[in-house]
Amino acid sequence: MYGKGILKGLSVTWKRFWDTYLEDISWILKGKKRYFNEEGIRHRSSKNTRGIFTVQYPEEQLILPEEARYLPFLVYDEGPQGKQEVRCTSCGICAKVCPPQCIWIVRSNDPNTGRPIPEPTEFYIDGDICMNCGFCAEYCPFDAIKMDHDLDIAAYGRNVYNLEKLLKPASYYNLIRPMNAALEEQARRAKEAAKAAKAEASASPAT
Amino acid sequence: MTTPVLTPIADLTARFPGSVTKDERAGYSGFLVAKENLLEVAAAIRDEFGYDLLTAVTGVDYLAENKMEVVYHAYKTTGGPGLVFKVQVDRIDPVTVPSLVNIWPGVDFQEREAWDLLGIKFDGHPDLRRILMWEGYQGHPLRKDWKEPFFEEEVKPFKSRWPDGKHVFAEEKNPFRDNLNFPKNFDPDAYQPEAEKDLYSSLERFTLKSESGLKTDQIVVNMGPHHPSTHGVLRVAVTLEGETIMGLKPVMGYLHRNHDKIGERCTFLQILPYTDRLDYFNSMSNNFGYVITVEKLMKIPVAERAEYIRVIMAELSRIQNHLIFIGMLLNDLGTMYTPSLYAFEERELILDIFEAVSGARMMCNYFRFGGVVRDIPEDVMQKIKGLVQDRLPAKTDEMDRFLSENEVLVGRLKGVHVINAEDAAKFSVTGPVLRAAGVPYDLRRADPYGIYDRFDFDVAVRTHGDMMDNFLIRFDEIRQSLRILEQALKQIPQGPINSQKPQYQVRVPAGEAYGRIESPKGELAYYVVSNGKPNPYRYHVRPPSFVNLTAIEHICRGTKIQDFVALLAMLDIVMGELDR
Repeated sequence: MYGKGILKGLSVTWKRFWDTYLEDISWILKGKKRYFNEEGIRHRSSKNTRGIFTVQYPEEQLILPEEARYLPFLVYDEGPQGKQEVRCTSCGICAKVCPPQCIWIVRSNDPNTGRPIPEPTEFYIDGDICMNCGFCAEYCPFDAIKMDHDLDIAAYGRNVYNLEKLLKPASYYNLIRPMNAALEEQARRAKEAAKAAKAEASASPAT
Repeated sequence: MTTPVLTPIADLTARFPGSVTKDERAGYSGFLVAKENLLEVAAAIRDEFGYDLLTAVTGVDYLAENKMEVVYHAYKTTGGPGLVFKVQVDRIDPVTVPSLVNIWPGVDFQEREAWDLLGIKFDGHPDLRRILMWEGYQGHPLRKDWKEPFFEEEVKPFKSRWPDGKHVFAEEKNPFRDNLNFPKNFDPDAYQPEAEKDLYSSLERFTLKSESGLKTDQIVVNMGPHHPSTHGVLRVAVTLEGETIMGLKPVMGYLHRNHDKIGERCTFLQILPYTDRLDYFNSMSNNFGYVITVEKLMKIPVAERAEYIRVIMAELSRIQNHLIFIGMLLNDLGTMYTPSLYAFEERELILDIFEAVSGARMMCNYFRFGGVVRDIPEDVMQKIKGLVQDRLPAKTDEMDRFLSENEVLVGRLKGVHVINAEDAAKFSVTGPVLRAAGVPYDLRRADPYGIYDRFDFDVAVRTHGDMMDNFLIRFDEIRQSLRILEQALKQIPQGPINSQKPQYQVRVPAGEAYGRIESPKGELAYYVVSNGKPNPYRYHVRPPSFVNLTAIEHICRGTKIQDFVALLAMLDIVMGELDR
């Protein structure tokens, strides 16, 4: 019968149309909210999603996974009296590995000896050139540069970030990437413990 | 499940003593053919040795040796390893090499590209114009003595960035000074570009003559670069008689950024995120092709678990690419948005997985030499399993039910011939288009890479080579990918995800490597030459969209203009990869 294929196809769109309402009703019967809350959004991007699929931005926003990466930032630890202990040692690996070469760093020198000290005087990232590849965060040996979750960066001018704008506390990092932060903390502790054990071992024969 | 019998590589030196020698540079392979004998040797390679598919032609500029080299990679459509042969010529302009366009017509665009970017003239090429750069462009950018505007340093990392932090913004440099060369007294405001004489004269030369006997006028129509159906910024100049296409020339390069040159400036690792941007629908596949090429050069093993993760990601990528293909094809045919949005739903769910493992939805940058960046978390693994086992098979069937029997669509697609098997191989067409024409040539089986030889799957193949077959073969391939995924998810072992220590500068021994994979659009290959330094000496991409498009003129001449849009969609081109 001519037209059978079209009808078959239309049954698919017909089903899709009603799915949204059936799903709404089933959520109401379960006494749960389907829109504008986290559970609803999560369900809409799971394998069981049916019917309406879109997320009503900006009232609703997709939930970013932990690994989501968008523009790097620098991590500092909060020392006593609110002192910012910048983790970056200005070793320059991030600047070297950066594919579009959008990071540039001025290394600090000790004013007395002229030797470099592990701390950046200036640290710039050109956010308009950055391609969000995540290499800087991946290869940083000091866990000092990490990828952010902040997607709203619209600006009138050029997004060149300086040290002041790049620095964010470790607590923020722990918040957006709890799993990674915990793993890194664990690795750091293990390293310190190994170092202490080694120091003890080398110190003991002398005494 | 059998892989092709590995036939020994043909011994060209015995067949052509004197004119063919083995390439004996360390790390290189293949044969060096004397320029005078190239046509004879190439004809023998095709007819006597049976290498009917010339996949890649590219050049290398050996500035220090004062040589230009043209590298050819020939394969058999029955599978098995390839044959590499090269021609070396002195680097004195004009550098000329005989064109192989009469032996393998598929070299057409690639020879034009080599002329455009490297300045190698191909004698006997009927239409040797620039292809990626614009007409009137000065110089050949891939030559080693060519410097781009705002040239900063030969290779990355630039020394100005650290430790002194001396950075200059590109826009602060005056674009009309520095490295740009302009004729004397050039006034940019008064500049009037020449009409595209070359293009139109070539279009005229290749236009069919009217045989109807009627006195009719032919008109030239430019489709694109901003035509909604050309999938980006492809422009096609078409000569029409009535509504029949009599002549056709694609014009490209509107999205050209010279990916090859960017690659040669970068270190081996830094190229990886740039490959994401080739075929931006399948960044996972692009990564895959590049890392296996460099791994070939480095001779390093890949961690077992990472091999499985790579297969999982590449096949998920194929599924979403084919779904989008189906949706976008319907968009081109006038079913605005409903099928493509249904396809996008599944794609979004797959991209969610990519984002969870790699951090980005499209520009994944997930593969590393020796493995992948990070493991798949357990909850994401569950999501992949849920998608592969429950959702995607059902949704593929739903899409099939939705479209495949629709009388309007069938009427539009059935019987409209795309390309037959013989012509497809001649024009170096690969991927689903070749398979829909009846050639069961799938690199996952024909020349297995990674761990594809461990999986049980069928090479999707159809026989008519019409648009309907090209449409349906995508469904077949999705189903086969799901089969591979099911097995991969069952077999994936625990263990490390990289065989190497993470390092930001890898050591790559000198030599050349040609790595190829079956990307969703066809054969995606990389040709990398290393001279032991941190940056590749030559880095070349053989994108499937670009080479498949070589056949578009052959496919479309004589058909109706309304079918052109659908025929172009069948080739599944993506401009990020086509223009590079």
